[in-house]
Amino acid sequence: MKDDVILLAHGSGGRLMHDLIRKSIAGPLTNPILDKMDDSAVLDIKGKLAFTTDSYVVKPIFFPGGDIGRLAICGTVNDLSTTGAVPRYLSLSLIIEEGLAFTDLEKIMSSIVAAATEAEVKVVTGDTKVVDKGSADKLFINTSGVGKIPDGVNISGANARPGDKIIVSGTIGDHGIAVMSQREGLKFNSPIASDCAPLNHLVAKMIKAGDIHCLRDPTRGGLATTLSEFAAQSRVGIQFTESSLPVNPAVAGACELLGLDPLYVANEGKMVVVVAAADANRVLAQMKETRYGRDATIIGEVIAEHPGRVIMETRLGSYRVVDLLAGELLPRIC
Amino acid sequence: MKFTEEFRDPEIARKIIDRIHHRSRKPTKLMEFCGGHTVAIFKHGIRQLLPDNIEMLSGPGCPVCVTSVSDLDKAIALSALPGVIVTSSGDMVRVPGSSSSLQQARARGADVRVVYSTQDALGIATANSDKTVIFVGIGFETTAPTIAAAILQAESERIKNFQILSLHKVCPPIMKTILDLGEVKLNGIICPGHVSAVIGSDPYRFIPVNYGIGCVVSGFEPLDILQTVDMLVGQIEAESPSVEIAYRRGVKPEGNRHALELMASVFEPDDADWRGIGIVPDSGLRLRPEYRRFDAEANFDIKTRPAIEPKGCICGSILRGVSTPANCSLFRQVCTPENPIGPCMVSAEGSCSAFYQYGAEIAE
Repeated sequence: MKDDVILLAHGSGGRLMHDLIRKSIAGPLTNPILDKMDDSAVLDIKGKLAFTTDSYVVKPIFFPGGDIGRLAICGTVNDLSTTGAVPRYLSLSLIIEEGLAFTDLEKIMSSIVAAATEAEVKVVTGDTKVVDKGSADKLFINTSGVGKIPDGVNISGANARPGDKIIVSGTIGDHGIAVMSQREGLKFNSPIASDCAPLNHLVAKMIKAGDIHCLRDPTRGGLATTLSEFAAQSRVGIQFTESSLPVNPAVAGACELLGLDPLYVANEGKMVVVVAAADANRVLAQMKETRYGRDATIIGEVIAEHPGRVIMETRLGSYRVVDLLAGELLPRIC
Repeated sequence: MKFTEEFRDPEIARKIIDRIHHRSRKPTKLMEFCGGHTVAIFKHGIRQLLPDNIEMLSGPGCPVCVTSVSDLDKAIALSALPGVIVTSSGDMVRVPGSSSSLQQARARGADVRVVYSTQDALGIATANSDKTVIFVGIGFETTAPTIAAAILQAESERIKNFQILSLHKVCPPIMKTILDLGEVKLNGIICPGHVSAVIGSDPYRFIPVNYGIGCVVSGFEPLDILQTVDMLVGQIEAESPSVEIAYRRGVKPEGNRHALELMASVFEPDDADWRGIGIVPDSGLRLRPEYRRFDAEANFDIKTRPAIEPKGCICGSILRGVSTPANCSLFRQVCTPENPIGPCMVSAEGSCSAFYQYGAEIAE
């Protein structure tokens, strides 16, 4: 590469832009639909579709366990998966601040390719803009995605019923703490890596194993927020025990130090599952056989009392309401 | 995990709780002085585990909360001066002053930066030698030694553009004030853990002697707090108030000599203005004359109008233990963590914030 950083001219529509897109962006993503290079991708899907979009502004763009590219693929794949959909096609829009190193863009593109390959999704359309210094922070990414919902699958945050069991697919708080450990002014050494991962294969296994009522990936606001949303949407109570929560000891330690509660810290590779009680153990066993579900555990159940409320039994045996996150934890975590 | 799981052991907790239930007979009013204790008590649901005759009140031990509106206005006025960078803790930036907050001042163009320590503020001073960097120093004896160390470092490294607005406060005088006010009839005080790590437990000896009230220094884990309550109950039932330390892994009766010397070499006692309480003699810290060049209040002619307290806010009486957030008509209705009216809702250690986050009634 002649220049080592991206210039405003790379977004101007001229030869530089074509070269950038061809060599650095569309090239690595190659697939028959994208390679046509028409202004729209043409897709042929029958049946019920799920459609979602998300923007990624995480700071810093590289963090232990991932980067903004992996996050942008996994986040949208996981949002599609929460409806039970099989993610198929994604769009990819990059807003690049001039001055971004080409080597950084290449690293991010290769993790985008790796994540898309792992999730078995295709990036079929996209856009690239370059903005002047200060108008963005290194790189912002937007991805949208569509996925096909298998026949008979009906998963929604409004489907929780009293008696259902609640499963968390693994340790909570890893992503948020991994990103925080890299922040200016807060930098601390920790062995914690982001859990950022595509969960569609895990979800497909779960759906085969039992009657899944609700699914959500507890990103911003963490597990507490997801449970509160389920309780409100389904008009049920949710009760769980503090001692059953899977928390990596290093995350628990960092949370103590920073005055945070792992219940509210973001995840990028976890699912919260509400499942019919009769199927709970079978679904759990299937989850435990997968890479991203091996630490899955049942943490509580849906109750008829206290509709709209989430109640935690503390380690000491007292009970308290777990509310939505009050105030801000830390901006730009995803 | 070391040093947290051990202090959350449910079986040991159960034994202490049983003991408290077994031996606590008298009506008992305890005040936890420190905001960190307030949060821990709510977070672990400790009030529920205690017998009905024990009432827990929250005290004035939240540094952000006790900062007076007029002191906040001074920080905001400093941020408006040309060539000044104001550095502050994150919570402080969000507290509303008479007509604005540091956060709003920043949105209007003031250079206000959130830092996590005085070291960060010193770093900003070194990197911006053409500006004056003012650190808003709040906190009790826990943080004052670190500010003292920063001043000494600035002196030895000849960092000439670093100053502080000293809003530091010390604990024993305000405890005396609360007891003298007599608005709440306390039977025991849960003394702060981190403050006592610096000052020790000896400075509380006047409390059992002059007021007949027991004091126990507590750590911040559930077992620490339960053990502290149990020790206070023991004193109350035996009618033998004294000063004891439950937090022995952190606190010695004489405190941390090095930190105390550091503090005394840079600061001297001064009157301080406490929100909801007013001026309390010798309850604050100002820079000694030989360090006055680091004192932003002495070096800048800042003019502020008479302070205006937020209308309807009862943070002052909450800080004295007279009211609880439930008594406030603004609480949850107007005043929320997203739109805080008073400081007790802003600070993570504030009573209103703890009550909001953890104190909702299950049966509601």
